[in-house]
This record gives sequence, C-alpha cells and structure tokens, in this order.
Amino acid sequence: MREITYVEAIREALAQKMAEDPTVFLIGEDIGIYGGAFGATAGLIQQFGEERVIDTPISEAGIAGACIGAALTGMRPVGEIQFMDFVTLSMEQLVLQAAKIRFMFGGKAKVPFVLRMPGGSGTGAAAQHSESLENWFVHVPGLKVVMPSTPYDAKGLLIAAIEDDNPVIFVEHKLLYKIKGPVPEEMYRIPLGQSHVVREGKDLTIVATSVMVQRALQAAEQLQAEGIEAEIIDPRTLRPLDDEPIIRSVMKTGRALVVHEAVKMGGFGGEIVARIVESEAFDYLEAPVRRLAGLDIPIPYNRTLEYHAVPQVENIVEEARKLVKGAY
Amino acid sequence: MSMQPNPMQIENTLPVNHEQLLAELGRDQALDMLATMCLIRAFEEKAEDLFARGMVHGTMHLSIGQEAVAVGATRAMQQGDYLLNHHRGHGHCLAWGSDVNLMMAEFLGKETGYCRGRGGSMHIANVEANNLGANGIVGGGLPISVGVGLSIKMRRTRQVCLTVFGDGAANEGAFHEALNMASIWDLPVVYLCENNQYAMSMPVTKAFNIERISQRACAYGIPGETVDGNDVLAVYAAVRQAAERARSGQGPTLVEAVTYRWRGHSKSDRQAYRTREEVKVWQQRDPIRRFAALLGLSEEELAAYTAEAQRKVEAAVAFAQASPEPDVSTILEGVYA
Repeated sequence: MREITYVEAIREALAQKMAEDPTVFLIGEDIGIYGGAFGATAGLIQQFGEERVIDTPISEAGIAGACIGAALTGMRPVGEIQFMDFVTLSMEQLVLQAAKIRFMFGGKAKVPFVLRMPGGSGTGAAAQHSESLENWFVHVPGLKVVMPSTPYDAKGLLIAAIEDDNPVIFVEHKLLYKIKGPVPEEMYRIPLGQSHVVREGKDLTIVATSVMVQRALQAAEQLQAEGIEAEIIDPRTLRPLDDEPIIRSVMKTGRALVVHEAVKMGGFGGEIVARIVESEAFDYLEAPVRRLAGLDIPIPYNRTLEYHAVPQVENIVEEARKLVKGAY
Repeated sequence: MSMQPNPMQIENTLPVNHEQLLAELGRDQALDMLATMCLIRAFEEKAEDLFARGMVHGTMHLSIGQEAVAVGATRAMQQGDYLLNHHRGHGHCLAWGSDVNLMMAEFLGKETGYCRGRGGSMHIANVEANNLGANGIVGGGLPISVGVGLSIKMRRTRQVCLTVFGDGAANEGAFHEALNMASIWDLPVVYLCENNQYAMSMPVTKAFNIERISQRACAYGIPGETVDGNDVLAVYAAVRQAAERARSGQGPTLVEAVTYRWRGHSKSDRQAYRTREEVKVWQQRDPIRRFAALLGLSEEELAAYTAEAQRKVEAAVAFAQASPEPDVSTILEGVYA
C-alpha cells in the first residue's frame, strides 16, 4: 500500500471530505496561503477557495464559536487551533456551549463539527506550546475526543469525526506529523469509540495514546529481545472509550501499564486504571496496575530537560520489565 | 475627564418618525406588537408570582420594563431569520412567536417544555423556528453568531441573525472577537445590545468610560446606533435598518437599546446598588404605557390587552401544571446525537 505521512493523511481526509460534502469548510489561523502552522492545510485554499478555507484573526473563542454557530445551522465545519495550548482560549465555547447545547435544548439540536489541534512536546516550544490537555475534554459529557497515533488512523478517524453529528476534539501530535505509514487512497472510516490492539503479546498489556503508541512499539521490540511479549492497545478515541479490548487483554496478561504524555495527576491513565480495577480483570491481576506519564511540571525549554519531562522508549522498557519481573 | 453614559438622556442617534413608522406597520400590526408586550409582562409577572409561591425550582431573570426591546427588534426580522439571545430571554422568545404553553412548561421543568425540562428559564430554544437559544453565559452567544453568519453567507440564503446581549456582555472578550470577525467578513448579523443599565450590580456608569456603548462600533468599522429602548418603534426602526443592511450583504451593525430592568438581577437580588427613586423614575417610562398612549388607547382598552395576556398566561400555567415531569429513565438522553 502507498505510504504517506500523518500530516498528509490529515490533509487528504480534509480534501476528500470537502470535495464530497459542500457543507464541510475549514476555519482557523494561518490555514490559507500559509497552509497551517504545521502544513496540514497546505494547498487547500488553492483547491477550494477562500470561502471554504477561512483564515481568521487571532481569535480562538471566535473560531470555536464560528464552528458551533455554523454547525447549528446545517454546516460541518472543521476548525484548527494552531497549538493545543491555545484551546484554553476557546474553553467557554467548547465546554459551556458546544458540549451542552444538545442536552440543554432537550436533544432537539445537533452541533456537528471537528476542532483539530496539535498537542505534545519534543519540539523545544516550551511550556505554552507543548501541552497535552486531552483529558480536560474527556471530562466533559457532550464532547468526543479522538487521538490518532498513525497516518492510517489519522485519515480514517478524521473522516469519521467530520461525519459524526457531535462536537469532536481531534488531537494530533507535532512529532507524529512526519511519520510515514500505509494509507489507502480512497475514503474510509474508523468508527469513533473503537480501541485497537496494535500488537499482540502475552506478558503485559500496554495501553498508550498518541505518540506513546509509537514509543511503546519500539519498547516492545526491545522487550521481545529479552523474551517479554507486550500487548499494545491504542484506545484511539478517548471519549467515548471502548474499554472492552483493554479489559480482555489484562485478563490474558495479568499486568497492565498505561502510558501517556500528559501529566500523571488527573490524566487519562487514571481512567484506564479505574476501568481495569473496576472490571472482572481485577481478579486476574498479578501486579499493581502502573502508570507512566509526564512529570508533574510544565514542559521545560532545555532539550535535555524536555526529553526527561515525558516518557521515552527506555522508560517504557524499564517500567514494563519491572512489572513483568515482579518488582512491584 | 471621563465620558460616562447618562441613562436619563437617551437621544436616538437615528431619526425616529413615529407617525411614519405606525403608518408603515399598519394599526393591526402595531396593536399586535402591544399585545405581545403585554404578553411578555404577564408572563414575567406570573413567573415572579410562581416563584414567590415556591413553585419554581431554579432561578429566573425577569425582563419587566424591557418589553419594547424584545418586541421592536423581533418585529424587524423576517420569517426564516435566526435569533440568539441571553439569560434574560423570556421576552425575546415570546416575541419570536414561541408557544407560551411550551415556554411555561419549560420554566416549570416539564417534559412538554421546549427543552423537555432540561434547559429551564435560561436555555429556552426552538431550533425548528431558528430560535438558537438563550444563553446562561454572558456573551456566550456572540462567538456563535459568527458561525451562524458564515453559514448564511455560504448557503446564500439571505437570512439575518439577530444577536441580543446585555451591557455586561459588551465588556467580555468574546464581544471583541465576534464583532471584529463579523465585520471583516460582512456577516449578516444584527448585534443588539440591550443596555438595561446594570450587569448584575455593576452600573454602566462604572463599567464603561464612553458615553454610548454603540460608540464601540467604530472600532470594528461598522455602524453603531443608540436608541431609546423603551420606545418600541425606535427599536424597530433601528433594528430594521440594521437587518436591511445585513441582508443586502453590507455586514453587521451594533444597535444599543437603552432600557431599564425594573426587577432585581435574579431571585436573590436585594438591589442595594440602586435607589427606589431611580426605579420609580424608570417606571414612569413604562414602554407599554408609552406605546398604548402613542396608539391613542384608553385605560380600559389597555386593560383589555393586559387581561387577554393574563388569560393566555394562566392557560399556559394550567397546561404546564398538567404536564408530566421528565421520566428519570430518560435522564441520559440528549447528550450525544
């Protein structure tokens, strides 16, 4: 199969949906001639024109509101927040308006839009351009939260997200934009709310999100050399969460490690651990369920400090090894 | 030396010719506007009464004294236009043509209400009628108006979105983002600032350092008008002009309607921030009595309108009280589509 990058997969999903559905349009900062801060929308303004690829002033509440208002009146907007950090400026519109409109109005309205945003560290962008805030949205009924880890998932999930009748927070990762992988040329959908067993193994279950799925895969290669077989599960959609494959996997392996980049306290890992220990998998556990997550600090600028602020391949290997060898 | 607003001297920034406006509307429509103002007054007075008798679960924000803004503005819009309004929104919603029974049922949290009892007083919407809802967040509807405007423009439907917010909202950051975006894209939105003099307890004289809120329009390169918000025809004229401009593709207008909230902010307001005398002065400027006088109605004729409005509201209360509560088994419904 043809291989393209994660960012190309996103661009292709946008272009194919726009070509198919005249109600789909893009709105965000520098997404036109500039092509988006990370190039996700490069060339789309030439293909679809200024009316459907709308450059905005620096107005993140306005971008979110524009998505909501257009969605309420028959359109399917796809907004871009340049860095996930800036979505803090859109929170009122997303949390108090988008997420609640349908419920407050007795189920008589729908708000179908996608808000794309790149999160994550690793680019030296420091504390205000490197955050992983996905769990803020996971906590809000009415929103869906999607976090693709491969080019294939990025395209299929984005198309499904645009076709979904709810507000979808679509969290990309800056370090994933350039990774390559097989992506079909035609349109396809990956249903929201479907976890994916990325790698099968019998010794422990690693639940990882976004860039941590790639790191977990690398860690699994090293662990395999030591005779440890890790099973890796990528939830792909954080809300709604398909926990069944995770629970089934832990019942098989008896050990679970959750890995994400966001800070540990209040992070998504806590939810995964809770789902495991609340389930029948509890009786199968042979060790405590562990979390490996970002340190409880803002992302530092210095290259070495930044590297050590979030889980790396060697940390996953070490943690998995300890878990399997009975260190806990 | 600051230029602070003087709410007692409201000069319309555009000419308001009452006779001509009445002739254009025709007597039937003018009387219907009066009837709607009476309906809003009756609804609000009944809401207050139900609350006082402990029959209302939540809070409410009454628009008594502000009826001319709701009726004047909505009459200037056309079939198919959109409405976004604010937490003190019973009046706009009624004036939009909503069913008073379904509104009262929503106010009392019943399954038959516009929002199945999930929204209550602050969130009444009727999306089928393009009433996109009241909003519990000050300024919350302003960014949404940008999307409605964009959608109208892309669908080329020549609709207009009437967006009503208060003086308090004009000091939210969302106001700036929304008016700027609507202006740069010439969006078909009418921004109606219903200046009732107080953002809860904060008076406009302390919250602004300009004479008129409509002066802010110049920051966005759009027209700004201030009108006497207790004169239904002045509001009608200003919003009609703004809607025409929006519909013809010339972009948004900021209209400020200066009015006054007769009651407290919400149920718990002791109104320590203003005097009884001030309230009395504004009650002399009752928009309903003023319009009735302009129409040449006698006391008896006005009383008949009031009685008819009260009859409709009583029937709505009966409908609401006879309506079922939402079934707890449906509590999870309506979160996702």
